[in-house]
This record gives sequence, structure tokens and C-alpha cells, in this order.
Amino acid sequence: MQNYYDEFEYSLDDPRSNYRLMLMIRLFEEKLLSEFAKGNISGTTHTCIGQEANAISIVNNLEKDHDVIWSNHRCHGHFLAYTGDAFRLFAEILGKPAGVCSGRGGSQHLAWNNFYSSGVQGGLAPLAVGTAFGYKDNGAISAVFLGDGTMGEGSIYEAMNLASLWNCPVLFIVEDNAIAQTTPKSLALSGDIKARGEAFGIQSRSLATTDLNELIPVAQQAIDYVRSEKRPYWLHIQTTRLAAHSKGDDTRSKVEVDEMKKRDCLALLSRDFEKEEIYQEVERFIEESFEAARVS
Amino acid sequence: MKLRGCLENMRVVELINDCLGRFLAENENSIILGEDILSPYGGAFKATSELSAKYPDRVITTPISEAGIVGFATGAAISGKAVCVEIMFGDFLTLCTDQIINHLSKLPWVYDNQVSAPVVIRTPMGGGRGYGATHSQSLEKHFCGVPGLSVCAISEFSDIGKIYDDAFASMGPVLIIENKSIYPRQLRTNRFRDIADADLAIVTYGGTTELCVSVAEMLEEEEIRVKVIEVNYLSPLDTQTLFAELGQTDVVLSVEEGSPGWSFSSELAHALINRKIRAFKSVTSSDNPIPSSTEQEKECLPSREKIHDAVVQLIEETL
Repeated sequence: MQNYYDEFEYSLDDPRSNYRLMLMIRLFEEKLLSEFAKGNISGTTHTCIGQEANAISIVNNLEKDHDVIWSNHRCHGHFLAYTGDAFRLFAEILGKPAGVCSGRGGSQHLAWNNFYSSGVQGGLAPLAVGTAFGYKDNGAISAVFLGDGTMGEGSIYEAMNLASLWNCPVLFIVEDNAIAQTTPKSLALSGDIKARGEAFGIQSRSLATTDLNELIPVAQQAIDYVRSEKRPYWLHIQTTRLAAHSKGDDTRSKVEVDEMKKRDCLALLSRDFEKEEIYQEVERFIEESFEAARVS
Repeated sequence: MKLRGCLENMRVVELINDCLGRFLAENENSIILGEDILSPYGGAFKATSELSAKYPDRVITTPISEAGIVGFATGAAISGKAVCVEIMFGDFLTLCTDQIINHLSKLPWVYDNQVSAPVVIRTPMGGGRGYGATHSQSLEKHFCGVPGLSVCAISEFSDIGKIYDDAFASMGPVLIIENKSIYPRQLRTNRFRDIADADLAIVTYGGTTELCVSVAEMLEEEEIRVKVIEVNYLSPLDTQTLFAELGQTDVVLSVEEGSPGWSFSSELAHALINRKIRAFKSVTSSDNPIPSSTEQEKECLPSREKIHDAVVQLIEETL
């Protein structure tokens, strides 16, 4: 089965190709949810529907041949932006030997080249600092994706302290979707997320957007800083989670989610061009990838 | 690099220090992490004494962040570093349990072995010094049986150089338990390891080995032949060596410093269940936290008297 990046031309500077990649991530996860609903997949999944712009802006600004990415339970978007390998990810989630980790990892525990994810909140943050330290002399940096819910875990503060203290080139990205499973941020978070980075002497920035065109230069700037200064960076992105935490566990009202859909990154990106043809080719790619994984 | 001096004249902590020195000397990618490990202090038990003076960039003193240190070590190991971590007191392993169980020991396998994480964690356990309930425990049993993690224990009778060499050569994580009572002791040979026609075998590890050897000496005068088997590889339990050393001896006393239940003794009993064992007993600490008071701590921990009495009782029962 063809890799997405082999099958479709891609350039971070081309909004059309970014839209196609973002749509691929979206349709991949919608396919997952529909196959779960039909009972064709067992286990669990956490989709990043609504947050895809973060994945693309960060991952595709990194130097994929040597930079290291640490993701979390909501990792499909990060993984697909990194590898373009929908077939292997489907196969992994289906528990097939052709999967990324031969079916040992499933949806949350992926490893491919320099990409790693796992399911314990904040647990990978110190590992990211460790790889940033280990590869520092090669010019590589590490990036680790966290969420607003992860702010409750102590391990990230130990990791931030070590990163700043030991000048480790690591980019912390907080994808703040304002809800942790079903618990809104207002019931789980005190103070300010950006200030948490600043408290450790880490260069910090906060922005609220789901617009890929706004995110790309911000990600670029953060990554350039980490690489050139060999220092950590704390990037707080206020985003939207448009689907359930996992499969059916969304306790938010339809009104609330509908309001958020006005910020759907996919809609924001596709204002200026014809989508139908792109949709068809991406849908075909996803269907073929899933089928290839299913029969593998 | 040659070990300094003659082994017989060395103390345990000096030999460990030599092992760590060789680890740094032989591999430019090696680092040691831990709290308060820089010269002139050299760690709470002096295991890293002088090493930071010689390798200032690779002996790294850390904040009090046990989870962060082990997680950092795991990431550094994945990126090609050889890493040794000192956790100042074994009691603090609880603070890095998630990192050890859910990350260091687990992820390489879950990632289909696309990565390896060769991290050696060494830590002092055990009581006898009046340090109280949070600086005296023997918590190793909580880390035994964790897939992907090797747990070993040393004493002044162990081949410490080989155990360290094997740990540093391992592709996976190794937890080395060092009962703190052994650090100042001279290295010794266990002459009760291979006793022909022994009446009884004591199976033990780590800090209680010395107690068992001295009980064997006492009983020798009473004409009771006791074999003392020291286990170094706790998890996975090295049953091959154990069975070879046990031979035909069919009365077994298990001795450990940890609390009773779900323990070394339990694992040992499980290992022996299909062998022809006539009698089995265990001596452990009592079922409570370690008290600070010297008298109360003595009552809590295994002692020569308790071990002696248990041996005599077993012998009488099996006459």
C-alpha cells in the first residue's frame, strides 16, 4: 500500500496540499469511528478531530530524518503527519502484524523511526528531555505533545525544570482543547498555562487558533528557536476538540460543540479552493488503506 | 582498567566505585545521574566518590526529581547513551515507579523492540541504622515480576564486578539493590556456599546474607551443617543456579529483610514446589513499617537469633 507522501505531492507552503493532508487525517479518524461503531475494531481510540492543524504545523516544520517526536494518547494526527502511513496505522489498530508495532501497541503506543507515543499522561515528557539531551550534538531537537489535562501531572514540571536547567533543545506543545476527557478546564486548572513555562525560565508563547496558516509561522519560529538556541520552548495552543474524548463519551452540549465547529481547522483552510476532487482522492486513499490493512 | 588493589582488602562501596569508574572510562557515551553525587560529597553513600572530578560532564547531579531522572535516563538511553542512575534511598523508588514500570521496562517491548533502553538503576535498601520508616525499607519485591525489568541484589559475598559488568552490558533496564549495611564491609567469600550433605539450606539475598553466614558459623560449632545460598538475580529468579546450588538438600529456610507476603519467600516456595522439599520456612521482617527506635527496629528486622531459631526448629521438625 502506498504511503500518503509517496502518493500525493506535499509542500508545507501549499495550502491545497496542506488541506489534503489535513483531510486525510480527518477521514482516517472518521473511518476509525465508523468501523468501531460497526464493531469491526476492538479496543480504544482517541481522535484528534478539530486539532489536526497543530499536528501538521509542528510535525511538518520538524526535520523528520533526525528530530524526535513524543506524542500521547491522541496521537494519530501527529503520526500521520510524520509518516503518511495510514495503512500501517490502520493495521496497528486492527492488531495486525503489518502494524507499526506489530499490533503490540494499538492506537496509543506507536513507534516509528523517531516517533513515539504512549498512554500515560505526561509520562513521556522527561523522555523527550532525555532524547533532546542525547541528540543535542547532532543538531536534532525533540518535540513533545501535551494537553491541558496533562497540566495536572507532576512529571511534566520535573521535565521542564531539567530541560531548562540543562539547556535541552525540546519543544513542549500544549494542545489545550479546554477539556480533559469529560472534565472542563475550569474544574482542573488553576492559574495560567503560559506562565507555567515562564516560571521555569523557558521561552513561552500562547495563541488561540485553529488556523493552519497562523500556526505554521509560529511553529516555525518556535522550532528555529529551540534548534538555534539549544533551549526549551513552551508553546501553548488553544484549540478545539470536536469529537468525543474516546468514542462516545462526550458530555458537552450540541450547542457548545456546534459553536466550536465554526473554528473547524478544515473549514478554515479550504475557503479558497474547490474541495470535491480532493475529497474523492483522499477518501479513496483512506478506503484503500483500510482495506489493505484489514486483509493484511 | 584494572580494579584497584586486592579484592580481599576492598570495601563494597570501593568496588562499586571502581565499577562505576570503569563504566565511565570504557564508554564515552556513558553518564551517571543522581542526587548529590558530585565530589567532594560523592553521593549519600559515597559510591560516586571522586568520579565527577574526573568526568565533570558525565557525572550529573540532579534536582530531587526521581521520576524526572528515570524518565530522562530512558530518553537518553533511547538516543544512544549508556546511563546509570543512583536513587539515593531505595524508598524513593516509589517516586519513579511509573517511569520504571510504564516507560523504561515496558515501552521497548510495546514498540516491538524498535528501541532499547539500557538503563542501570542502583539504589540502597534496608534498615539497621535507625533511619526510620521512609529510609530503611526493602521495597524490591514491588519491582520484581515487572516484564522487561531485571532486578538483582548484591552483598559483600557477591561477584559484584561481574554483576555490574553484566548490568552495563544488558540491552534492557537493570535494577541493582544494595542493602546499605553492606557498603562499609570488606569483601568476603561465602564458605558455606558448597557444603556437602548439608542438613539444611538457607536461601537469601543482599543484606541478610551476612546474618545467614554468621548463623551457619554458629551452627557449625553445634554440628549442624548449613548451606547458605545467596541469590543475586531476583527477577527473573535465577532458578538454574539456585537448583544447582541446592542439590539434594531438602530442608529450606528462606531469609529476607522485606515485609512478609508476596515476597522473595513466596517466589522461592513457588520455584521449589515441584522439588522434593521436606520442610520450608521463612524469616522476614515483621508486618509493619520500619520503626525508628533502635530496639523496635531490632525486633522488626531479621536477626541472627531469629534465623538461628528458625533453623533449629526446622531441623527438629525434620529429624
